[in-house]
Amino acid sequence: MLFVPRPRRAVLRGLIGLAGLLALAPAAGAAEGRSAPERALTVVGPWEVGGLDPASNGHAFTRLQVAETLVGVDAAGAPAPGLATGWTVAPDGLTWHFLLRSGVRFHDGSPLTAGIAAESLRRARANVGPLSRVPIATISAEDGAVVVVLQRPFALLPAFLANHTTIILAPASYEPSGRVVRIIGTGPYCAVTVAPPLRIELERFEDWWGGRPAIARARYLAVGQGETRALMAESGEADVVVSILPVSLARLRRNPKLAVQTVTPPRTRLLKLNAGSPLFSDPRARRALSLALDRTGLAKVLLRNPGLGADQLFPPAVSGWHAEGLPPLTRDLAQARILLAQAGWRPGTDGILERDGRRFAATLRTYSAWPELPPLAAAIQAQAREVGIDLAVSIGNTSDIPARHRDGSLDLGLVSRSFAMIPDPLGTMLQDFGLDGGDWGAMNWSSAETASLLDRLAVLADPAEREPLQRRLAEILQAELPVIPVTWAELAVVANRRVAGVRADPLERSYGLAEMRWGTP
Amino acid sequence: MTRLLLGRLVQAALVALVVGGLCFALVRVLPGDAAFRIAADRYGPDALTAQAAEAVRQELGLDRPWPELLLRWFGELAQGHLGNSLVSGEPVSEELASQLGPSLWLAASALVLSLLIGLPLGLVSGLRAGSGLDRLALIGAVALRALPPFVLGLVLMLVFSIRLEWLPPAGYGTWREMALPSLTLALGLAAVSSRVARDAVAAVGATTYYRFARLKGLPERAVLVRHGLRNAAIPVITYLGLQAVYLIEGVVVVESLFAYPGIGHALVHDVIARDVPMVQGAALVMGLMFVLLNLGVDLLCRLLDPRLGAGR
Repeated sequence: MLFVPRPRRAVLRGLIGLAGLLALAPAAGAAEGRSAPERALTVVGPWEVGGLDPASNGHAFTRLQVAETLVGVDAAGAPAPGLATGWTVAPDGLTWHFLLRSGVRFHDGSPLTAGIAAESLRRARANVGPLSRVPIATISAEDGAVVVVLQRPFALLPAFLANHTTIILAPASYEPSGRVVRIIGTGPYCAVTVAPPLRIELERFEDWWGGRPAIARARYLAVGQGETRALMAESGEADVVVSILPVSLARLRRNPKLAVQTVTPPRTRLLKLNAGSPLFSDPRARRALSLALDRTGLAKVLLRNPGLGADQLFPPAVSGWHAEGLPPLTRDLAQARILLAQAGWRPGTDGILERDGRRFAATLRTYSAWPELPPLAAAIQAQAREVGIDLAVSIGNTSDIPARHRDGSLDLGLVSRSFAMIPDPLGTMLQDFGLDGGDWGAMNWSSAETASLLDRLAVLADPAEREPLQRRLAEILQAELPVIPVTWAELAVVANRRVAGVRADPLERSYGLAEMRWGTP
Repeated sequence: MTRLLLGRLVQAALVALVVGGLCFALVRVLPGDAAFRIAADRYGPDALTAQAAEAVRQELGLDRPWPELLLRWFGELAQGHLGNSLVSGEPVSEELASQLGPSLWLAASALVLSLLIGLPLGLVSGLRAGSGLDRLALIGAVALRALPPFVLGLVLMLVFSIRLEWLPPAGYGTWREMALPSLTLALGLAAVSSRVARDAVAAVGATTYYRFARLKGLPERAVLVRHGLRNAAIPVITYLGLQAVYLIEGVVVVESLFAYPGIGHALVHDVIARDVPMVQGAALVMGLMFVLLNLGVDLLCRLLDPRLGAGR
């Protein structure tokens, strides 16, 4: 049995031959433009590219600055000039004129006109998206301006026109049925290849109205796994990586080749409660659940940043909405037990509360689209148990929350709510805390004062006039707890030091490619 | 030969019927509202509203009775259409075509790599069965097979992307991006195929005809090439057909980990999003590939061992 095999050389020859074949084979599907002199700047993010429809994927094209909106956003989150240089509103608050920037060209060379912009907006309004919630009567074009006539005054119109679903595209982007078949925008980068779901290739647009961007070629790669994204930053394959898991952050910070920036976006993980259920209709029960939560502990252990414990709905970075001096939501188990006792709940034999023979047991639903939500739900389950509330955690799909909101079968949901879809948080507040509640906000809870505050805010444009109303709103939500804030969020952007000019955008509207340039590492 | 081909053809038709019907039924019995699921995948969690879900329900006619929807799919399939994706609205055949290419490259390169690693190792271990090398190969195979592809992939990324900086940890385009995912799959495949090859070679080495060939004075090399390799190849090739299962499930995990735009990655998303036509299409393509692969294995085995076809 112990003989030396002779055909070693033959095997070796075969090996080399096959290896050669293997090395050659995939070159057939190799990347385009490999002969280009400059490497493409690689941006990696978690968001997949589903297609070209602005209603579902407009965010991909605004973040990459391929397409632009009439209204932009300044560093403080306030509406700023975009494709419109400015806007005026008639004294009745109904007729708005958005003055179009002159000399703007689309990537196919055609000029931007008011007629084209108005047509893009009419399409956005007819599609699914925030613009369909604005009380618009007509959208038309009038020498060099888009004219929007409203049915009733609505001061948030500019903020809604900054949403990514309202991007302005060239007429050649649409096929006759209205379906978008190409993205021909006005931004500093043209989309050369859109390869859903994972890749977009970009080239600099030389005729951009804002000047010539420094970086000639860029590409976006969607990488769903957080671990893989971190490894792409470390290996130097990616130049900019957006959204890093908290566990990877400390390791990346120690890497001398990388620069880590973190910002606090207007995003809150919160417990959405069914205030119509016998368990949570009593505000004392909602407060007790809130008092059971150790937010600092949750944020410290699961998010690696104790400062993210949400002691009110909005984080301090959201100016005008974060109410200074509001009594914070804290942990106080003794107080929680007192409130529950006042509401008629008594501990049963197993420590779970009971009232009239019914146990304080509910299902806490969440989803895994955000990786931090399932562990947060498990920790909340453990903390609620300490005051005698029995929560069963159910992890499903994102859509379970709004679907169960509609059919009334939701007890409790842990959700990650962004207040930046419309750059003015009021846009989301109107959706979440109106009289009928909202898919992601209040459920079977309403307050006449809140509704009246929201109505008044919706017609006010002056931040100074709005501030006291926003503060009152924050006070009501803090006292009534139609939703229980748990933690705020943190957005980490990691850039390789060979790229300069990288800026993390808390509103997640843009990667800022046009401001980046190659630097010395 | 004709019987074999005909048999496989009938098998392919059955696969289409069963896979199509089963996927349809499974996706339908999943809990939750399909319109909400599809809207969630289209518009993302931040923009998902009940209004968006209602628009989706109207657009796709999801409230139609299920026999109508299933019959329509079979009717279209008979004409060679797979329908349109519910999420993107693009034809399923186009979406699959763009996903299948990367997956086939990945699967093929993983298979070739696994043979390059597994066969020589199995041959040497089999010829020296019981030696230190054989035992070492066994330990390696057990360890590699026991590691889930997800962990193995991360380890390879750490070694080849972070430590050595040779290969990118994710992406798609050139052979460099494909190297790590295919190596991840190949190591898992080679772990078993090396042992199958080793056992086959050891078994052949112990047969009387093999010993007789050596006794009659043939050189070792001729004994191995003429009497050893061909006989040992049959179980190895038969086993390749079975490995397709590992390959298909491995592709699903590995593609997600390495952000590789293939059919496995897409299938995960399609199931989550309730994109029934995409799930049916992807499962159908995978099922038919399985039939095709088995046909290839049968033909190869008959080529190697003419007795297999003669008797029947």
